[in-house]
Amino acid sequence: MSGEGEIVVIGVGLAGLVAALRLAEGGRRVRVLAKGVGSTHLSGATVDVLGYAPFRVRSPAATLPEFAVANPHHPYALMGTAVVDDAVTWLKGRLSNPRYVGDLRRNFLLPTALGVAKPTAVAPQTMAVGDLTHGGCFVIVGLPGLKDFYPALVAGNLGSTVGIAGEAIEARAVDVDLTLDGRVDVGPLAYARRLDDPAFRAQLAARLHGRLGADDMVGLPAVLGLTDAEQAWEELEARLERPVFEIPTLPPSVPGVRLYGALSGALHRLGVSVTIGGEVLGAETHGGRVTGVHTETANGVRFHAAAGVVLATGGWAAGGLEMDSHWVVREPVLGLPVTGIPGGGRRFLPGYFDHHPLASTGVAVEGSLRPVDGDGRVVFTNVRVAGATLAGAEPWKEKSGDGLSLSTGYHAAMSMLAEED
Amino acid sequence: MEDLIRASLDHCIKCTICETVCPVAQVTPLFPGPKYEGPQAERFRLPSGSADASVDYCSGCGLCTQVCPQGVKIAEINSRARAHFKAQKGVSVRDRILARPGLTGRLGTPVAPLANRVMANGTARRLMEKAVGVHHAAPVPVYAGHSFQRWARHHERHASPRLDGRSVVYFHGCSVNWFEPDLGRMVVAVLEHNGVEVKMPRQDCCGLPLQSNGLFDAARRALGRLARDLSAGSAGHAVVASSTSCGVMLKREGREILGLDDDETLRAVGARTFDVCEYLLDLHGQGLLDTGFRPLPLTVIYHAACQQRGHSMGTPALELLRLVPELEVIRSEADCCGMAGTYGLKKEKYDIGMAVGERLFEQVRRVGPDAVACDGETCRWQITKATGRASVHPVELLFRAYGLEL
Repeated sequence: MSGEGEIVVIGVGLAGLVAALRLAEGGRRVRVLAKGVGSTHLSGATVDVLGYAPFRVRSPAATLPEFAVANPHHPYALMGTAVVDDAVTWLKGRLSNPRYVGDLRRNFLLPTALGVAKPTAVAPQTMAVGDLTHGGCFVIVGLPGLKDFYPALVAGNLGSTVGIAGEAIEARAVDVDLTLDGRVDVGPLAYARRLDDPAFRAQLAARLHGRLGADDMVGLPAVLGLTDAEQAWEELEARLERPVFEIPTLPPSVPGVRLYGALSGALHRLGVSVTIGGEVLGAETHGGRVTGVHTETANGVRFHAAAGVVLATGGWAAGGLEMDSHWVVREPVLGLPVTGIPGGGRRFLPGYFDHHPLASTGVAVEGSLRPVDGDGRVVFTNVRVAGATLAGAEPWKEKSGDGLSLSTGYHAAMSMLAEED
Repeated sequence: MEDLIRASLDHCIKCTICETVCPVAQVTPLFPGPKYEGPQAERFRLPSGSADASVDYCSGCGLCTQVCPQGVKIAEINSRARAHFKAQKGVSVRDRILARPGLTGRLGTPVAPLANRVMANGTARRLMEKAVGVHHAAPVPVYAGHSFQRWARHHERHASPRLDGRSVVYFHGCSVNWFEPDLGRMVVAVLEHNGVEVKMPRQDCCGLPLQSNGLFDAARRALGRLARDLSAGSAGHAVVASSTSCGVMLKREGREILGLDDDETLRAVGARTFDVCEYLLDLHGQGLLDTGFRPLPLTVIYHAACQQRGHSMGTPALELLRLVPELEVIRSEADCCGMAGTYGLKKEKYDIGMAVGERLFEQVRRVGPDAVACDGETCRWQITKATGRASVHPVELLFRAYGLEL
């Protein structure tokens, strides 16, 4: 039962988790409601703050001010770019297994599962070692049966890349001979669970050690342990006597599951109730405020009174924004105004990196992330919107997805906490 | 409704989130995982059912459906595929027995001392494993020797509780009736302590074990009968259940998995069914719960069982236990204890169930709590058997904190 004064956070992607945890740390009673598990399990779990604007960004800290001027409706511009730095510092303080490294002063260039150099500001230290910025010799390791990870593809693409000053990148692929419970078709989590076992780690290291050159840095798919990644990574580095790094895989993302575990575990320890599988169907409103939300239960609908709501339901893929067959766009939970709906019928353009009219569609907000209507008036004073539901950003183009979710989730909480003081 | 369940597979975007939580696929390659078994394999199945044997390794915990962000009814699809599979291959004698706790309860109760001695005897259990396939080490319930219903009849004649005009019907289920009648008495005492009149009409099994063992027709008959029994005695009152798995059968699973969406009585009873902790927390929300709890200086781990999560009601037990002074409640880090109703009893699945539960057992060994609180009965038996720690229904702790006695 929700009591008075409870903040309801809707969604358990990165934005919702961050908002809920920061509010709970700030002493608020928080209840988290979600239709299902969120995007953490699908993401590489690096914090990409700003990767392209429109050219590759070397230093987010240096680029963000001019980026904000050029994009005044972008959430970074609305909140003020200092928030991003605060949010990153806060998150790093809460993650220890593995620890996160890096900051806004410079982006790492980390290899993806396709062997592309991705600019990202903050990453698990198990990944950051694979920074391609200054070139080097890389060995990409394939594990038998592991789906959707092709070391020859990664190495081939890395080999045609160079460091920022033109330094050479040498990369080659090796496959290790290991068997996993006789399985022929293995997902990343199955390997990660096995690699929580020191004996299996030793086996992997033994098969790999003799096949490495003196200067090699060893890239493995991101499966180095689920519950104790820090230990697994350190131990492999020690056994292989070389730097070891993880490369994000296709879903399910082991680093994402770790990130979810760290943040949801912190919520549980603070006594926050997290209900997954109870979709929020709608809200009660009164006098410009949301007074509570209705959730779907096994046999009906349950009302949760709310002093405030953080809406972090995601974008198109997660159902936080919907479009019907008449191309009508809506935000389904609170019925918030959706902005940036393109007129004239064209929603998409032919090129992938074109400026698709539908791309920056979402819920418009003011500086404290309260939703606004077409005239800029605040719709609900006690609501904050965070994450992919927001208008004004193009995360896949900017490489800003988790940075946006983190910083808007954090800012939503901070502005709610500040309001009470 | 059946078509809606199946049609939900078109919402699957192959995100694999269900694969990350499936407790069975984590520990054995015999079950390929909910996505493969569910939305992917279902496309290739004949309407009459053509599932392969791997579907029988789904424990039916339902976690896949709960975490699915796209609303795919994965567990329900697999449950129905399993029923088709069993209908084609035949349901074993063992599964037919395990599916009928009402029958075994009725037969065992008059000879409880003997039955309990046999079930506790290692040699007898090994013979039983050979003969029927119930694993010799699996936790089987202990017959109380007297039914809860017998006490209920006596109590209804003699009780004169303080009543505030609220009445509920208690759906106690088979386990309280035959194995844990004292828990039923505590539920009644806690409700009456809060001024709620408790009606206890005669009732039988909800059909959940029949459903999970693939005997859908018998399950439909049992659930329909239960809904009528509870409806006849309830006059529109709330129905309160102390077994989360049986409660969710009444609330949702009967309609969704068994396809009983057109049963008006079931719909009406299901819509006013509450888990007992859900009901008590609602009382608290209205300011009607006595919160004059005595201190209970204990440490307990609260384990939200998979079927508890299926209610989509949050964790009311946890919120209630936090009202008790000096009671330290630690949340379980595990999703499932591995028992999943009757799954962990079976010879070929016992090891899987124990491997699934290991994360919880490890936490219990590490924390060393005074007790583990859990809303599900078969989970409690599994936890106690595996860890040697007492496992109690959360209401038992409230009962003690009220200073009540049986």
